[in-house]
Amino acid sequence: MPEIFYWEAIRDALREEMLRDERVFVMGEDVAIYGGAYGATRGLYEEFGEERVKDTPISEAAIIGAAAGAAMCGLRPVAEIMYIDFITLGMDQLVNIVAKNRYMFGGKTTVPMVIRTQGGAGRGIAAHHSQSLETWFVHLPGVLIATPATPYDAKGLLKTAIRDDNPVLFIEHKMLYRTTGEVPEGDYALPLGQAKVTRPGSDVTVVSYSRMANRSLEAAEVVAAEGIDAEVIDLRSLRPLDIESVLESVKKTGHLVLVSEGYKNANALCEVAFRVNEFGFDYLDGPMLRVCAADVPVPMSPVLEEAAVPSVESIAGGIRQALAD
Amino acid sequence: MAPKILARNDKLRLLKQMLQIRAFEDKVFELLARDLLKGASHAYVGEEAIAVGACAAIGLEDYITSTHRGHGHCLARGADLKLMMAELCGKATGYCRGRGGSMHIADVKAGNLGATGIVGSNIPVATGAGLALQMKKKKSVCLCFFGDGAANTGAFHESLNLAGLWKLPVVYICENNLYGMSVSVERALAVKNVADRASAYNMPGKIVDGMKVLEVYEAVSEAVERARRGEGPTLLECKAYRFRGHSRGDSRKYRTREEEEHWRARDPIEQFKKHLLEEGALTEEEFSALEKEVGEETSAAERFALQESPDPSPDDLYDDVYVDYEQGNTRLRRKS
Repeated sequence: MPEIFYWEAIRDALREEMLRDERVFVMGEDVAIYGGAYGATRGLYEEFGEERVKDTPISEAAIIGAAAGAAMCGLRPVAEIMYIDFITLGMDQLVNIVAKNRYMFGGKTTVPMVIRTQGGAGRGIAAHHSQSLETWFVHLPGVLIATPATPYDAKGLLKTAIRDDNPVLFIEHKMLYRTTGEVPEGDYALPLGQAKVTRPGSDVTVVSYSRMANRSLEAAEVVAAEGIDAEVIDLRSLRPLDIESVLESVKKTGHLVLVSEGYKNANALCEVAFRVNEFGFDYLDGPMLRVCAADVPVPMSPVLEEAAVPSVESIAGGIRQALAD
Repeated sequence: MAPKILARNDKLRLLKQMLQIRAFEDKVFELLARDLLKGASHAYVGEEAIAVGACAAIGLEDYITSTHRGHGHCLARGADLKLMMAELCGKATGYCRGRGGSMHIADVKAGNLGATGIVGSNIPVATGAGLALQMKKKKSVCLCFFGDGAANTGAFHESLNLAGLWKLPVVYICENNLYGMSVSVERALAVKNVADRASAYNMPGKIVDGMKVLEVYEAVSEAVERARRGEGPTLLECKAYRFRGHSRGDSRKYRTREEEEHWRARDPIEQFKKHLLEEGALTEEEFSALEKEVGEETSAAERFALQESPDPSPDDLYDDVYVDYEQGNTRLRRKS
């Protein structure tokens, strides 16, 4: 199987879906001539022209709202919000229009659109360009949320997101664009709401998503050297949430560690913990534990930035702690 | 371009629609007072000429977006009074199955992309509708209704800039009723007229007498034709007046009774009626018959909503949050 970059996987998914369905188009800041701030739309403008690859003004509310209007009128827009930090500028459109119109209008319309955006720390670009804000949207009924960690998942999930009749918030990670992974040639789509066991294990379950799913795998190898056999689960999407896979694993291991790059307080994965409490309390042999970003605006200094988000070592520490007593 | 001339029947249809809106809003007010209707309700009384004149200028293939004061737009777009009243009463038979109520009526298949509770929030949506029409190479347009308050939101500026830039087939219709809830336009708008802002977005801007239905019709027709020719959007500012308060509990202490009388003397229905009488297109007898007909339709809508319509079932609470997914209390699953 060929190895490609994460950004290429996204670009390929967009390209193939645009070839497959003429209703699909891309719009956003710097997506056309520039090819996207992280290069994920490179080549699309040259192939499809400005009719279907549209550079927009810096107008997040108009980007998201116009995508919603176009979706309600029969197109399938893929709108890019350059950084998830900027989504605040289009928040009303996302929260009050995109997420609600179908339900509010009695189920008589659909809003089939994708908002592609990216989050995460790692580049030293500080508090307005490094956040992981997916938790805000996990709270919101009406949107689906994909958070791919690998090129394979990025391509397969983006295809599903574009084909889905629901609005999908597709959250990439800026530190993953230059990572590579095996991706089969040709068409495939992966379902939303299906977690993946990326490392089977028997002692403790580690649940994560996006870049932290990869770090959790690394941490699992660190503790493996100490005799701890961790099972790592990449949720891949936060809504729908595949709680069944988590429960199945916890039933086996009895311990649960949750790893997220989002702020610790009221993190999206607290919902996972609560559902395990509801449906799998008896499986637990010890308290559930979370390793999350510090509750501080993401600082610029590389030393502080790295301290503010989960590291391989802090995740490994969490795993050890979950098993201690 | 010479304005289109409406035939007598068309004019009488416009008059009837204006009467329908007035009667509908009066009925809503009455039902609120009797506590038979819950929730918010922002009356369109006094502004009937705008929705009716504007919607007369478009066809079935065109779209509109509405506002939190949206009953008039729906009715002018051809909505069924019964389904509207049922929606306001939160009934299963309403346009949105009782989920939307007064501020969220939509009928997308009939070209109404819906009303919104957030001031200004449908301006981007209308812009996107225009984008879809342009991309699909349709000759259709979208009429975007919004108030003077919305003209000060970021959504307005972002959207008009985009539409002006891309020459989208959207007609932006500002219903300037002089107050954003209680704050007068003089205290909220840095320029004298909303229409003055059109030049910033490279589109024509025009002030229209929003109390005169034929003036609205002519201005919107011209803007629609321009959009259909691919020449882009227009910003129309219809100066009008909200006869009632912002909502039912409004004591209107921010404006004088003299000012209200001044505007009530320019009642859009009375003006149009007078015009039609003078023109010989209408007799007093015909007007009375029309009023009676509208009254009966309104009563039938009330009966339908309150006596003939079931409440929605709580069993259906989770329906339609998502397409093709089933949602229970705690889990969301794709339907197999």
